[in-house]
Amino acid sequence: MGFQRVEIRADGIACRRGERLLFRDFGLTAASGTLTEIVGPNGAGKSSLLRILAGLLKAEAGTVAVVADGRVLGRDDEPPSGLMHYLGHLDALKNPMTARENLAFAARWFGAAHGIDAALERVELKAQGELPVGYLSAGQRRRLALGRCWMIARPLWLLDEPTAALDAAGRALAAELIAAHLAAGGTALAATHEPILAGAAQAMIA
Amino acid sequence: MSAFLALVRRDLSLAFRVGGGPFLGLAFFLTVTALLPLGVGARLNLLGEAAAGFLWVSAALAALLSLDRLFQADAEDGSLEQLALGDLPLEAAVLAKCLAHWLTTGLPLALAAPVLALMLNMPAGGYGALVLSLLVGSPVFSLAGAIGAALTAGLRRGGLLLSLLVLPLFVPVVIFGAGTVTAAINGAEGDAAFLLLAASSLFALVLAPLAGAAALRIHLS
Amino acid sequence: MLRYANPKRFLDLSAALLPWLWLAAAGLTLTGLYQAIFLVPPDYQQGDTVRIMYVHVPSAWMASFIYGFMFVASVVGLVWKHPLADAAAKEAAPIGAMFTAVCLITGALWGKPMWGTYWIWDARLTSMLVLLFLYLGYLGVWAAIEDRAKAARAAAVLCVVGVVNIPIIRFSVEWWDTLHQGPSVVRFEGGKLAPSIDPSMLWPLLIVGLGCTLLFFALLFVRMRTEIRRRRIRALLAAQAGG
Repeated sequence: MGFQRVEIRADGIACRRGERLLFRDFGLTAASGTLTEIVGPNGAGKSSLLRILAGLLKAEAGTVAVVADGRVLGRDDEPPSGLMHYLGHLDALKNPMTARENLAFAARWFGAAHGIDAALERVELKAQGELPVGYLSAGQRRRLALGRCWMIARPLWLLDEPTAALDAAGRALAAELIAAHLAAGGTALAATHEPILAGAAQAMIA
Repeated sequence: MSAFLALVRRDLSLAFRVGGGPFLGLAFFLTVTALLPLGVGARLNLLGEAAAGFLWVSAALAALLSLDRLFQADAEDGSLEQLALGDLPLEAAVLAKCLAHWLTTGLPLALAAPVLALMLNMPAGGYGALVLSLLVGSPVFSLAGAIGAALTAGLRRGGLLLSLLVLPLFVPVVIFGAGTVTAAINGAEGDAAFLLLAASSLFALVLAPLAGAAALRIHLS
Repeated sequence: MLRYANPKRFLDLSAALLPWLWLAAAGLTLTGLYQAIFLVPPDYQQGDTVRIMYVHVPSAWMASFIYGFMFVASVVGLVWKHPLADAAAKEAAPIGAMFTAVCLITGALWGKPMWGTYWIWDARLTSMLVLLFLYLGYLGVWAAIEDRAKAARAAAVLCVVGVVNIPIIRFSVEWWDTLHQGPSVVRFEGGKLAPSIDPSMLWPLLIVGLGCTLLFFALLFVRMRTEIRRRRIRALLAAQAGG
């Protein structure tokens, strides 16, 4: 796949939620072809860090730089959000719409590298494609959301608890998807409570 | 453009599947119209005189019904982040959602209004103006409403606050809209009211996406 | 300006200023009202009821002035992200709402002897009523959003939207008033500051107006001081919870 090689660098990040300073002086570098697992206790600010990296949340201090094909993106470039896909702890699926319709919307909203059928097949939801998402189990919905990441195929994945609600087979599938993404030159960061891939880099938020 | 239309289509199909689409707003419109004669008495002169203003006020209230879900549903299921991270600016996403909202509320009300005007004995001569003014003015309900909806997205009891926030913004459109119809009924020369209505609508078209997107970014942060 | 915008400096400065503010506010307001009640001659048309004007008109001024003040504070808060500006906008709002309510109530009390009814849908009163709704909406946003920083920004956006819309609302209401003005309605000119007003009636009005302005700042400073301390307590509690 024709991914751009994307690296994301965070330096001296501080995050405040309400009156609380969640963390400060946090830095990481996530290179192309690597998964960085962001670990830390509940409430440490793992989700907030991902939102900062995605550009949704403004850091109290520090900088985030996105490097595409060796060049630091600046103000004059296209916004880096076009290079990333963010999957929050919510699946961002519409219950009244079928799995296929949800993917079809995402494909048109973000642009897609793979077909909808291929995506459904990839996450083993071919049989559930015509079902309204409201009928799917939490694990199936999570798989569908991961299938959306695969379909959209952007180089940088920011995943918040990607394996939440997944059973053993689901976790293996998620690991396989992420490993394939890395093998294709993608970059991934995941906030997680459990190890996702052997050999992943770890970034600890205290 | 295809992303914009995709969002409009998604919201339309959602509106038809969960909100009853345009029918809920229409049913509300019809119900309050039936209440007016029951409340003030079935004096045809009185009803006919009040009809234009009353229909405009009902249209404003009918639009309010569905506004609190405009961004709330997206905020609850995580879709808002996806909308914010798409290639289209968030302002365009707000505009697309307003368009879908108007297509399922303002447009059907504008088309149904003559029937209700007939039930209220509105004098002849105002019917064309009623439909035209609602077509031009009711987008403000969706647009200005979107600002309030964005500000209250994610709040548990946002609906009530939303009404308080947006009703003052509805004041000029209701005045100019009802004024357009009244002027047409009286056969008054000049279309100042209609031009002012159109101007308000254009102004909302510019302001609402900017303010709505700013409010959504606050919610997302 | 930003030199004084540090909360600590604000606490020191406002503590020094407040006694003088209170004194000047009370002195001016009471002097103006004394003149209005005892020295100004009764109006040849309105009689003694004209004295209500000395509360009604300054309240109307303050209602508009405070919304403008909130607008400036909101913009400063949005652009420079200064917590003191957010606090100023937040704490000004209830005072503004109070002046708006006083303006409406005195308007109604004045209306009874003037037109024989407590409420007429006159353009000015209607605009004031809409302004009250804008104030209530602003307060509602602050009350509804728990995260202070988010509430500050959401309220600021609402305030800016309100200010952009106020001229349109005012214009539309005035337009509506001319449209619906029946021939029997007595036009009400007393509330307008007509240039022909006698200086002996004008001076007390200006004095009360200035007194109310100072009263607003005195109340604002007290409220802001409370808010700053409230924030400190919350920060301390959060630090304790964070262990």
